[in-house]
Amino acid sequence: MKIDPAHDPGSSIALESGALTAAFAGAHLTRARIVATLSALTLLTAAILIGACAAGTVHISLIRAITDPASPDHAILFVARLPRVLMGALVGGILAIVGAALQALVRNPLAEGGILGISGGGALGAILALIFTWRMSAAAEIVPLCAFAAALGSTLLVYRLAQLHGQLEPFTLLLVGVIFNAFWGAAIMLVNSVVNFYYTHSILFWLMGSLESPSRGEIAMVAGIGFGGLIILTATARDLNLLSLGDDAAMDLGVDVSRSRRIIFVVTSIMIGAAVSVSGIISFVGLIVPHILRLALGADHRLLLPASMLGGAAFLVASDMIARTVIAPAEIPVGAITALCGGPFFIYMLRREGRRSFSL
Amino acid sequence: MKPAMAIHDSVIKVRNLVAGYGSLTVLSGVSIEVRAGELLAIVGPNGAGKSTLLRIMSGAFKPWSGTVELFGRSIAAYGKRELARNLATVAQENSVAFGFTVLEIVLMGRAPHLGPFHLESARDLEIAYDALDRFGLLRLSSRSIQELSGGERKRVFLARVLAQEPKIALLDEPSAFLDLRHTAEIFTRTRELCASRAMAVVATLHDLNAASEYADAVLLLKDGRAVAYGSPEQVLTADNVREVYETEVYVGRNPATGAIAILPAPGARP
Repeated sequence: MKIDPAHDPGSSIALESGALTAAFAGAHLTRARIVATLSALTLLTAAILIGACAAGTVHISLIRAITDPASPDHAILFVARLPRVLMGALVGGILAIVGAALQALVRNPLAEGGILGISGGGALGAILALIFTWRMSAAAEIVPLCAFAAALGSTLLVYRLAQLHGQLEPFTLLLVGVIFNAFWGAAIMLVNSVVNFYYTHSILFWLMGSLESPSRGEIAMVAGIGFGGLIILTATARDLNLLSLGDDAAMDLGVDVSRSRRIIFVVTSIMIGAAVSVSGIISFVGLIVPHILRLALGADHRLLLPASMLGGAAFLVASDMIARTVIAPAEIPVGAITALCGGPFFIYMLRREGRRSFSL
Repeated sequence: MKPAMAIHDSVIKVRNLVAGYGSLTVLSGVSIEVRAGELLAIVGPNGAGKSTLLRIMSGAFKPWSGTVELFGRSIAAYGKRELARNLATVAQENSVAFGFTVLEIVLMGRAPHLGPFHLESARDLEIAYDALDRFGLLRLSSRSIQELSGGERKRVFLARVLAQEPKIALLDEPSAFLDLRHTAEIFTRTRELCASRAMAVVATLHDLNAASEYADAVLLLKDGRAVAYGSPEQVLTADNVREVYETEVYVGRNPATGAIAILPAPGARP
């Protein structure tokens, strides 16, 4: 390379924006790419949602369901299928966007909501509530609330224990989360072994996840938290990009690292708490969806986060459609479907990442 | 840029730093001053306190006592983003958690200049193009950072600092992992920037010859104390180097550039 000390390209560079666009095509995020990608994903998700409304044990006509309020099709669509599909979309979207954000937060592509112990705590809360309130008429409302409270309580514990010298260290957070996840799992098994057989099915529901019959209130709560979280997380997307370079580099680029980390941790915990409180533990969505999207769209979280929300919605609704149709009239818990897809995928990723030098 | 810069000719003023970890004192009473356009090299054996000094100057680490002033203002008085617009750092090791492209990494240097929801503008792209061009990285623009060699990665992070357009750059071992040609190249680039942008640079170095060749001033540290501080000729004497590194050396001159050249001379008698 020719070296010329007097040369200062800062002043001499006068590139046409067209030439720059050509030189950097596809190498960075542009507004056009955001709009095109999110539009395409929205269309795909909408198509899957409509398909999931139409598919089921009973064949229904969507047109008759909408145009004829007296038809059985109407009742099936609006009472049984639509709430379930909507809940699937919301929960899937939350799990995926939270997975993407947490992976950046702990700087590890194998992170998701479950590994921070949040889902496990929520499930334990739900199971205990179920056992102690089953004779009460308000049990159906109390159980999700207890799940939510327990998820947040578990979060608070993990958060307190992961702090060292007032700093939230990613590696400590990951370790404490994994420990809590195992601990809550053991506690659930303990409860399962001492209670009546009557509860076993319900306990399985919370452990494997299900989107069966959500109420309107539940849908509204999850939607509110989901969209609120989407906005806050997208606002922190650039901080997440910078945090991928490491704490010191992020700080050097003007990120208030501990503040960002706290915001992201608290917001993702609330979102996971809300999802667990209505659907139990649905694993691997938060792992698979962001990973595939990162391969397809690149690592920039300003696109990855909203895209994960859409991709997660599509993935979980499709999984749930399989869960309720393959062995109809019986059902497979949707968490089993996502885990069956996710297990082999997880191994594949581990093998793949193992070849690369990897640091936390 | 600011009139303040003309008045406070010294861009960085560090006075009487005392710092450490727990009960271990790492720096005891270090003072330095760097002017606009100057390159200061901090040299010394492993564990001398070089990186700690750099981390204090970047605001990442708080000293026990002593002051750091940038443009006549205490570093503590700067907001995080304001500081990032004035001062950039390249760490010794740079690991990236995800497969960002080289261009994306360099564009991250623009972050302190952008509002929260803003995408990079055409001007930001021009700045990134310039930075990539200077380090010969244009053809790697769309490659994933995780696929690059250690040396290429180092250059990407230096280009990122350039895109950040700071007045001060702190470089921790900028030539680590670099081959001969790229070592010469990054120091030459750095010197150019000192001259053309009046940028003040502080670099920790293991390579004493690079320090003598490229630095305006050298701080020789041992056990957290400044053994010598001044021009390369004053600091890099056979006596000083022998005392600090506890090894015999030959100190002569590079016949091509006239700069001090230091060679290890094990077994030689003083």
